[in-house]
Amino acid sequence: MREITFAEAICEALLEEMERDSTIFTYGEDIAKQGGIFGTYKCILGKFKDRIIDTPISEEVIYGSAVGAALAGARPVVEFHFADFIFTGMCSVVNQIMKIRYMSGGQKKLPIILRGPDGIARAAAAHHSQSIETIFMHVPGIKVVIPSTPYDAKGLMKTALRSDDPVIFFEHKRLYKTKGPVPEEEYFIPFGKADVKKEGKDITIIATSRMVLESLEAAKELENEGISAEVIDLRTLVPWDKETVINSVKKTHKVIIAHETWRRAGWGAEIAATIYEEAFEYLDAPIKRIGARNVPHPFSPPLEDAVIPHKEDVIKAAKEILSL
Amino acid sequence: MGVNLLDLYETMVRIRLFDTKAEELFLQGKIPGFIHSYVGEEAVATGVSANLRPDDYITSTHRGHGHMIAKGADLKLMMAELYGKKTGYCKGKGGSMHIMDFSLGVLGANGVVGGGIPIAVGAGMAIKLVRKSDQVVVCYFGDGASNRGTFHEGLNWASIYKLPVIFVCENNMYASTAYMPETTSVLDISARAVGYNMPGISVDGNDVLAVYEAAKEAIERARRGEGPTLIEAKTYRLKGHFVGDPELYRTKDEVKRFWEKEPIGRFEKKLFEEGILTEGKKREIWEKVEKEIEEAIRFAEESDFPPPEDALTDLFVDDRGYDY
Ligand SMILES: Cc1ncc(C[n+]2csc(CCOP(=O)(O)OP(=O)(O)O)c2C)c(N)n1
Ligand SMILES: [Mg+2]
Repeated sequence: MREITFAEAICEALLEEMERDSTIFTYGEDIAKQGGIFGTYKCILGKFKDRIIDTPISEEVIYGSAVGAALAGARPVVEFHFADFIFTGMCSVVNQIMKIRYMSGGQKKLPIILRGPDGIARAAAAHHSQSIETIFMHVPGIKVVIPSTPYDAKGLMKTALRSDDPVIFFEHKRLYKTKGPVPEEEYFIPFGKADVKKEGKDITIIATSRMVLESLEAAKELENEGISAEVIDLRTLVPWDKETVINSVKKTHKVIIAHETWRRAGWGAEIAATIYEEAFEYLDAPIKRIGARNVPHPFSPPLEDAVIPHKEDVIKAAKEILSL
Repeated sequence: MGVNLLDLYETMVRIRLFDTKAEELFLQGKIPGFIHSYVGEEAVATGVSANLRPDDYITSTHRGHGHMIAKGADLKLMMAELYGKKTGYCKGKGGSMHIMDFSLGVLGANGVVGGGIPIAVGAGMAIKLVRKSDQVVVCYFGDGASNRGTFHEGLNWASIYKLPVIFVCENNMYASTAYMPETTSVLDISARAVGYNMPGISVDGNDVLAVYEAAKEAIERARRGEGPTLIEAKTYRLKGHFVGDPELYRTKDEVKRFWEKEPIGRFEKKLFEEGILTEGKKREIWEKVEKEIEEAIRFAEESDFPPPEDALTDLFVDDRGYDY
């Protein structure tokens, strides 16, 4: 199968759906001239007059306008440039996009996609490194997609572009250049369906985004030491695939949850609490959660490395659990 | 004129050489993260800052090295911060985009476009309501930032409370890839002052004396308690948005044309004509500044990186980390 990058996969999904559906239009900062800072608009440059638009740096309007556009019959795909900057328009996101359908008594569909890069880059410091997906899992009203491979990114983006609800789509900066097999034929990946990226029987590692790759690396090294780890990529957090998780817990009886966002009150806490509530009797050991240390991201590379989680943290947690 | 013209010249040279060197070091892989060069815009911060006292405040931007240097920052501490070293202004936690020195009145460079505007307004409130002093605040921001809500909300505040804030918009014609006239409702950003009932003036931002004069008037007005001014300094960003920018959104020819108007050469010509600068004096100034920068680089390179455990310090004053 051909291999393409994560960024290309995102763009392909956008291209195919924009060709099919003339109500889709996309806007944000720095997308129409160079194809986006990470190249996720390259393949649509020059193809859709008036449907790919550079906006002013006016974030509250960037997000709030999506509501009006969707209610008036369009399908806006809104770029957030860096996830960190969504906070500058957060009221429009949380109080308008995420509530208006409900508050109207479900009168209309609200097909809005917010998408763009999140996560660490390399020494980009605290205003350009955050992973903020948990907030959108906590506040109800938006579906949360956070893929780890080009294949998943394309299939999930295709689904998002046909979804009738608001979707927030997080693309990790360190993943954009990663390559992976993506078929030429059209396919869709449903929301709420986790992917078991590696099967195993001794321990379950639940992860998303960059931490899936770190966990797979960790699993490979654990394999060398005779430990068989199962790696589950949740792919979407709202909804999340409880069934796949619980079934894996029933098989391995041991769990690690790994995310790049802060450990404290990160989404791993929600997954862990659910496992405790619904599958406590299957657990042989306390669940371990891996996440960033609870500080803003420091600039200096050695500090940044100390704050964000790596495969070594996964390996260490697995060994600790298994030695219990 | 109460200003030493050779001091202005020297400050501009210092900014030029610092950012030229920073770019070089970044390309050599010695400086991590991002560098946004101020080359070509030196006259703005230099002309404004020549009117400031050490106890005045400024808020800066992602393109902030020039603002810092003009306010009198220590090049060693700046360079060490760029390198991510423990001896830097922010102990390696901030980096280029977040250099701050509160003791110097630099209330922060900022990774969030327009993020400094409310901060400047707040400092103005403290001066007026709490300190009851004749200090002023200079708020630097770009043309792109003038499209953010913080600009419009901030100017309204400063106006109704008659705050001692001088809003200095550095219109360098671009906001990242976006050409200013395509994303901004007015060609003269100073025109926006009308809506906020404050004086608005556009000056040639590549003419250090024009900037100096405009800032002088605005700053004296603010010190007298007569309220804020919006100054638009029309300039041009001669380098990419960040070091490494492919710059597909403008022609090389355009950039070349603007190099002919760059502020240091222009001022130099005037100084030569008036007999204030001689070849010998010029060499002396450049060599002196080059030496300062070499020393700053040596200081940065000889300094240690912060140890990993420093990542958890400085969040709260009690320094207990609360990493749980
Ligand atoms: C709120 C916010 N939105 C977007 C960005 C990404 N970004 C960084 S610099 C920049 C352009 C800023 O343009 P301008 O204000 O004109 O300043 P300049 O870079 O030209 O000095 C953008 C869009 C950001 N840092 N913050
Ligand atoms: Mg600009």
